[in-house]
Amino acid sequence: MSQTSLLFIFIDSFIINNIVLMVFLGICPFLGVSGKLDTAFRMGVAVIFVLLVSSSMTYGLNLLLIKWHAEYLRIISYIVVIAATVQLVEMFIKKSSPGLFRALGIYLPLITTNCCVLGVAMFQTFREYNFAQSMVFSLGSGMGFTLALVIMAGIREQLNLADVPSIAKGTGIALMVAGILSMAFMGFAGLGTL
Amino acid sequence: MNETKARSDDMNVLLNGLWKENPVFVQVLGMCPTLAITNSVKNALAMGLSVIFVLVMSNALVAMVRKIVPKQVRIATYILIIATFVTMVDYIIKAVSIPLYKALGAFIALIVVNCIILGRAEAFASKNTVWKSILDGFGMGIGFTFALLCLGSVRELLGSGTLLGVNVLGSSFEPWVIFLLPSGGFLTLGAWLLLFGFWRERKMRIKADKEATS
Repeated sequence: MSQTSLLFIFIDSFIINNIVLMVFLGICPFLGVSGKLDTAFRMGVAVIFVLLVSSSMTYGLNLLLIKWHAEYLRIISYIVVIAATVQLVEMFIKKSSPGLFRALGIYLPLITTNCCVLGVAMFQTFREYNFAQSMVFSLGSGMGFTLALVIMAGIREQLNLADVPSIAKGTGIALMVAGILSMAFMGFAGLGTL
Repeated sequence: MNETKARSDDMNVLLNGLWKENPVFVQVLGMCPTLAITNSVKNALAMGLSVIFVLVMSNALVAMVRKIVPKQVRIATYILIIATFVTMVDYIIKAVSIPLYKALGAFIALIVVNCIILGRAEAFASKNTVWKSILDGFGMGIGFTFALLCLGSVRELLGSGTLLGVNVLGSSFEPWVIFLLPSGGFLTLGAWLLLFGFWRERKMRIKADKEATS
């Protein structure tokens, strides 16, 4: 499979180089919001949505920056665009479906400081993806984020019932579980070379 | 009398970030760079120094403008200030060493969304004087670097048998490659947290014993 084909980019960002377990982006919500299966899934969906909108915006923005020879403004303008996008998405969801808005609650504004949004925008710029590739890449990354979050939440719900030593309670055991999960995801490493 | 008190206050602010409120081990903030770039001591050191620079500068500037900026737009202002300094660091590292720039990759840009920096701007620098904020930024930055070095040294030592590129464990040592891979990062940080948890519990137990005997 070619390195730049859409299918490869999708599988690569979804499972082979999972954005949470392999690239270490978005660890904060991964450890913070993964307590319950239900909220984890909702958070994931919100992130997919924001990723798709913000990465199409930053793609256009990058073209403008290159045209004006102002690449040094990249970090600043990206973060402003992402913050604005999150705000826009928030207003849009509030108007169009108040039910979903209530369900997402505090997680929506928190996505601004989720490093996987800025990370995906930076990666697609570094790798010089075209528009279709960027879209597929951000969809795959968002789904990968959701997958990791949901698996983690499932395990943590079980962990609540387990007898964990008192020194490992909380973050300690969560990190150990994440380490083992990450090891399991290494099994997908050969998938792209078929 | 007053002067010594002021000095010990400054010292407290500085040491707070280093140990009592260590951003990584106690507050569990800024996990992404902590895990991603600590596969060697050199990368960890470079990331630590960049974060110290951004933290001190942004804390100072935020403290300077804290009375001018209206409440509603303060977060946006802080992010712009932070992004400016991160861009500076980005270009400095590119000028100093291209291999280092490649190794750190997008994670330099991601210092912007490192929760430690925005957290300190909001929690400390927006309420304190410039001097105190600089001290706080420096202390937190050193604490962060300390945590990165803890992780980086373990991972480099076990993962490739070297420290700062110098072979330590001899040629007969078979490297544990898993420590250089992502899962090694999670496991190493987990192990450090267990160690600190054990230490804290033991300290509390000794204290409780003392109270019981007296």
